[in-house]
Amino acid sequence: MSNIPADLRFAESHEWARLEADGSVTVGISDHAQQALGDVVFVELAEVGKVFAAGDAAGVVESVKAASDIYAPVAGEVIAVNEELADSPELLNEEPYESWIFKLKPSNPAELDKLLDAAGYAAAIGE
Amino acid sequence: MGQRTLLYDLHLALGAKTVDFGGWDMPLHYGSQVEEHHQVRSDCGVFDVSHMTVIDVEGSDATAWLQRLLANDVARLDDIGKALYSPLLQEQGTVIDDLIVYRTETGYRLVTNAATRARVLDWLAAQRAGFAVDFRVRPDLAILAIQGPHAREKVAALLSPARAALIRELRPFEGIAEGDWFIARTGYTGEDGLEIILPGEQAVAFFNDLVGAGIAPSGLGARDTLRLEAGMNLYGQDIDETHTPLTSNLGWSIAWEPAERNFIGRTGLLAEIENGVQEKLVGLVLEERGVLRAHQVVRVAGIGEGEITSGSFSPTLSKSIALARVPMATGDRAEVEIRGKWYPVRVVKPTFVRHGKILI
Repeated sequence: MSNIPADLRFAESHEWARLEADGSVTVGISDHAQQALGDVVFVELAEVGKVFAAGDAAGVVESVKAASDIYAPVAGEVIAVNEELADSPELLNEEPYESWIFKLKPSNPAELDKLLDAAGYAAAIGE
Repeated sequence: MGQRTLLYDLHLALGAKTVDFGGWDMPLHYGSQVEEHHQVRSDCGVFDVSHMTVIDVEGSDATAWLQRLLANDVARLDDIGKALYSPLLQEQGTVIDDLIVYRTETGYRLVTNAATRARVLDWLAAQRAGFAVDFRVRPDLAILAIQGPHAREKVAALLSPARAALIRELRPFEGIAEGDWFIARTGYTGEDGLEIILPGEQAVAFFNDLVGAGIAPSGLGARDTLRLEAGMNLYGQDIDETHTPLTSNLGWSIAWEPAERNFIGRTGLLAEIENGVQEKLVGLVLEERGVLRAHQVVRVAGIGEGEITSGSFSPTLSKSIALARVPMATGDRAEVEIRGKWYPVRVVKPTFVRHGKILI
């Protein structure tokens, strides 16, 4: 079983997304994802200013086991990346919902509604 | 569902995440493979490696047969209890498997890989004609590897005085029977430690005793990063039936003398030397952030290309390392392609860490 906060939205590819008060969307990976990946040892961050469509590869998380793409859960422009992960990638294991990976300025905030809610994500991962 | 060792239920109870390895459902880690790695380097850990194949060889021709079968020479085992590492070769010199052979009171004991079991047993059966020799697979036995600088003292403290004394006396690469246990000072981590082969029905209780004594249960994930740091090949990744020991950093395991010992593969290896050995297996160190992985392309300026055979993050070095097969003329620099970008790497002797010390 993994932790699935009720206030977040989730992509089937295991990213979480949170709509902030300023209209930006913060993105990370779920507790289930970090458990499946195992020890994270490297995070390749997107560049600020990059524009992604929903579902585009927007970074890479490498665990000891394998490299996994991180996908933009909604379309938008990257306005910030979490540089702390460069030196401390293990934060993704330790605090998956505190350790955001990037923030997007969404091109269409309504896309967030297409993502799974906590119950939908729990069902998607069989919990 | 894959095959399972007798310890499978205990692994699950201890929180193991399992993975398929050569057709076996084996523990990958019990929470954090990096933690388990550090435990083994600094203290000790226990691995269930009962998926490996134990083969006992007996008969009046046992020595002659193994001298024919193995690239290394069992005649070097001048006493009961001595062990050596050897590749098992095809005629053309390519590697069917790599194994450890122990000289026992009744003959020899081979420990071979899990994924190659059927291939090896077929090969042994096919090569038996004309030799007074018998071999017997021992699925009734379990194998536990207890590895790390404190492994021997911690294990000895749990056992009978006779077994504890044996553990203190064993020298590296020796294995001796004590009652129905076989205790060897061998391993696959680059640390001191033991491999204990014991009756399967005793394995759960002993594994529990070890964990109860504070020895960390450790999975194949940590075993892989430990052996990679130690520069030890993994069959199926770094060595296989398309490469010979000469291109696998295993030249040391070929016993060329006596010249009249006609081991299988000798002719093929001599032909390869005659034609010029084209490749070598080296270590790579990535100084930048990133992770080297098997099958990434290695480019050596002005010389040619090679390929990573095993790559991972090294917990001891806190950077990525790899084994790679590259052109023979490769010097001390190369580049590796990771997701379309080329990263500079250092080319080193493929022993990165031994006995807790960084060697590169």
